[in-house]
Amino acid sequence: MLSKIVGSAVPVLAALAAFLVGAVMLLVLGASPLDGLKAILDGAFGSGERLAATAVKATPLILVGAGISIAFRARVINIGGEGQIIAGALLATVIALALPDLPSVVLIPLVLMGGAIGGTILGAIPGVLKAYASVNEILSTIMLNLVMVQFMNFLLRGPLIDPLEIAAGTRIPQTQRLSDNAALPTLVEGTRLHLGVVVAVVAAVIAYIVLWRMPLGFRLRAVGHSPEAARAAGINVERNITYALAISGMLGGLAGAILVFGSEGQRMITDGSAAGFTGAAGFNGIVAALFGGLHPLWTIPSAFLFGALLTGATQLQRVLQIPAALAVALNGLVVIFVISSARFRSYIQSIIEKRPSNRASEDLERPYSKIPGVDT
Amino acid sequence: MGTSNTTKVLLEMRGITKRFPGVIANEDVDFDVRNGEVHTLLGENGAGKSTLMKIVFGLYQADEGEVLLRGEPIDIRSPSEAIAARIGMVHQHFMLVPPLTVAENVALGLSSSRRPFTDLAKVSTRISEISDAHGLAVDPSTEVWRLSVGERQRVEIIKALYRDAELLVLDEPTAVLTPQEVDDLFVILRRMVDDGRGLIFISHKLHEVMALSDRITVLRDGRVAGSTTPAEATRESLARMMVGREVRLTPHKGKVTVGDARLSIRNLTVIGDRGTPAVKNLSLDVLGGEILGIAGVSGNGQREFAEAVAGLRHTEPGGTITMDGADITTSSTRVRRNLGLAYVPEERMRDGVVAEFSVSENLVLVNHGSREFTKRGLLATGAIRRRSTEMVKQFAVKTPTIDTPIASLSGGNIQKVVMARELSASPGVLLACQPTRGVDIGSAEYIHSRLIEQRERGAATLVVSEDLDEILGLADRIAVMYEGEIVAIIDSADAKREEIGLLMAGVLET
Repeated sequence: MLSKIVGSAVPVLAALAAFLVGAVMLLVLGASPLDGLKAILDGAFGSGERLAATAVKATPLILVGAGISIAFRARVINIGGEGQIIAGALLATVIALALPDLPSVVLIPLVLMGGAIGGTILGAIPGVLKAYASVNEILSTIMLNLVMVQFMNFLLRGPLIDPLEIAAGTRIPQTQRLSDNAALPTLVEGTRLHLGVVVAVVAAVIAYIVLWRMPLGFRLRAVGHSPEAARAAGINVERNITYALAISGMLGGLAGAILVFGSEGQRMITDGSAAGFTGAAGFNGIVAALFGGLHPLWTIPSAFLFGALLTGATQLQRVLQIPAALAVALNGLVVIFVISSARFRSYIQSIIEKRPSNRASEDLERPYSKIPGVDT
Repeated sequence: MGTSNTTKVLLEMRGITKRFPGVIANEDVDFDVRNGEVHTLLGENGAGKSTLMKIVFGLYQADEGEVLLRGEPIDIRSPSEAIAARIGMVHQHFMLVPPLTVAENVALGLSSSRRPFTDLAKVSTRISEISDAHGLAVDPSTEVWRLSVGERQRVEIIKALYRDAELLVLDEPTAVLTPQEVDDLFVILRRMVDDGRGLIFISHKLHEVMALSDRITVLRDGRVAGSTTPAEATRESLARMMVGREVRLTPHKGKVTVGDARLSIRNLTVIGDRGTPAVKNLSLDVLGGEILGIAGVSGNGQREFAEAVAGLRHTEPGGTITMDGADITTSSTRVRRNLGLAYVPEERMRDGVVAEFSVSENLVLVNHGSREFTKRGLLATGAIRRRSTEMVKQFAVKTPTIDTPIASLSGGNIQKVVMARELSASPGVLLACQPTRGVDIGSAEYIHSRLIEQRERGAATLVVSEDLDEILGLADRIAVMYEGEIVAIIDSADAKREEIGLLMAGVLET
C-alpha cells in the first residue's frame, strides 16, 4: 500500500522538480519565479473565462492523450497525432462545406464523425504497415505528419481556400467561414466553453471502458504485453495492432474536428506549419498521456494541467514579458523528469517492499515462491 | 560405486545460512565432500542448491557458518579465488565463446607463459594430455560452434581440469544430453573420482542420481531434508525427501480403448528459423484416447512441428493437417482452437502466459470473448472471477488471490494455470510441449494425472518432451524424432530406454 502511494507520488514530485528548473529559467530571464507562478495561475484559473479557455486548450490533449494511452498499452508508439488531427479536421471541413444547410442536430454529429473517420484512416495506414509489413510505426507516423501538413497547405491554399481571400488578393490559407449549423454550441454564456470539452471527456471515459472493460481492450493489452502469448492463445496480433493505431487516430481526428468547429473563427486556418493549426496538440497529447500514466481517465486532469500551462503562459508573456515559449520548455522538462522518474520509482518501490533487486532474483532461482500464502 | 571410507574430507560446509531480503535461501546447511566420491545435491527448483554452490564458488558469501577446504577454514570471495583454491564449476549453461577454438576457450582468462603473445600450442598439448587421461575426446583446434552439446560439455570439464580443479561442481550437467551421452559422461566422471577428486553433482533426475552418486544430500526449502546413499534409498524415498510427502513417480494409467485418428498429419514440411527444413515430410496419426509421446533431443524439429500444428508457423505446400476430419492446414490458431485444439506451449513464460496479467486474466486469455465471459459487449467481471476461482481450486493452483500477477507464482503453479485454461475447454486434441519442464515434482505429478484424464475422456493427446522418463511414463505410443523426421513409432509396452536413446541420437536405423 505504502509503495503504491509512493509510486504515484514520484511522478508528481518529478513534475515539481521540473517546475523548479522552470523557476531557475525565470530567474535567468530576470523575473521573479513567484510572480511567474502567480501570472500562470492567474492566466489559467483567474476567471471563469480563463478557466474555460484552459478547458478548451485541454480538449485536444485529452483526446490525443486517451488515444495515445490505448496505442501505447498495445505497445504501439503513435507519434502521428498531428497528422491525424489534420486528417480529421480536413474531412470534417469538407463535410461542412458540402452540406452547410443541414440542421445542427444532424450536422454537428456528422462533422464529428467525419473527423473521427479521417483520423481513423490516417491511423490505420501506419497500423497496417506495421502489422503486415513490419514498418516501424514511429517513422511512418512522423512521416505522415509531414505529408498531412503539406496536404493541408495545398488544400487551404488551393481547392479549399476562402473565395474572399482570392477576391481580396490577401490569399491567407484558410477556408471560408463554415456553416454555423456545424458550430459546437457554447455551454456557458460569455465563455468559450463548448460542447467539444464534454465530447472529449466522454471519449476518454469510453477509452477507459474499452481498455479495461471490453474484450477488445483485453486483447490490445495482451498483445502489448506479450504478442507471443496472445498469438498462441488465438488472438490475431496483426489485426489488433491495426486497431490500436486506428483507434488512436480516431481520437486524434475527433480532436481535429473539435479544433475547427470549436474555434472562434469557425474555419480551418494554417500558417504553413502543423502547429499553426493544431497548436502541437498531437505532441502535447503524448505528454499528457505519459504524465497521466497512460491511463485514459488520469489523462483528463493531466491534460487540464498542460492546458493550464499553455493558457497561463500567455498571461506570463503579457504581464512579465517572458516569451510564451517558456511553456513549451516547461512541457519538455516535465516529460524528461517524469519519464526518468519511472526507473527511480520502481527502485524506491523495491526498497519499500524489501524484495530482492532484479539481479538477486535471477540468482535466487525463485524468490517469489516465498510470498506468504504461496506454498510451493 | 567408489570407496569413500578411507579418504579425507576435501570440502566441509558447516551451518551455512544465506539470507536474501525476505527469503532464506540456505538455513543451517551442513555439507561435505571427500576426495574420491560423488556427493549429489538433490532438490527441487528453489530448494537452495544453486545458492549453496555459489557460496562454494565465491559468487556469494555466507551470512553464517564456515567453509573448510582440506581442513583449513577458507573465505572464498570470488570465482578467481575459488579457481586458485582448485575448485572448478561446470555451469548448466555453458560459458564458452562459440567462434573461438577449444584451446582458445580453455586459455581464456589465464595468463600466457609467453606474454604478450599467446601460447596456444602449449595449451593444445596440455588439453590433449587431459583428454587422453580422462577419456574426454575433443580436438583442441576445432571451433566450439562446430561441437555437439555433449562435446561442449567436455570442453567445460577440460577447462576445469586444465585449471587443476580438485573439487568439481557440476550443475545439472545431464539436462542437455541424450541418454548415451549421459552414460559416457558418467564413465568420465567416475574416472575423475577414482583419481581422487571430489565431485558435487547437482540434479533432479532421480535415476541418474541413483546411478552416479556415492552419497546423496537432499535440500528442501533451504534446509537439509536428509542424507542417504543409493544403497539405502529408492527413487520413491528420494522424491519423498524432496517434496516432503508421498509422491507417485510413475503415473497410473487405466485401460482405454482407442478410437479413430483425431489428428492426422500428412507429409508435413516446416521451415525453421534458419531457413532450412526443420520438419521433413512428417506423417503421423494421433488417435482418440491415446497419448502419443514425441521423444527427441532438443532441436530436432519438435518446436517447429508443434508450432505448425498450433497454427503459429507456416507449413510448406503438399503437407496437410486434419483435425476430426476438418482440414486445418492453413487455418488460424483461433479457428483451430474453436475446432477443439488445446495447446500448452514449450516456452511457458513467453508463449503460455502474459506475464504482466493476473492469474484470472491468464485463465481467460483464450476465451475472454466467449458468451460465458461477456455481457452486452463488456467483460463479465463477475463470471470471470467466479470461473477463475473455480479453476484455481480445481487445478490446485497455489496463489494468494486470482488477481495476483502470474509472474509471481512458481513455475509449477504457472503451468497449472496454463493447463487449467487449456483443459477447461474439453479439447478434442491436446498438444502439450514440455509439460513439466522446470516444474516441481508435486505439480508434475498432478499435471501428469490431468493429462491421463484427457486420454480417458477420448481426447487425442500429443506430448512433446525431452524428458524420456516422462514420455515412458505417459505415452501409449512413442514417436522418436530425429532431424525433423519421425524415425520410429514404438508401442510403449515394448519400449526399451536404450533403444529409444539410440534412436534419439540417430544411431539406430529402423
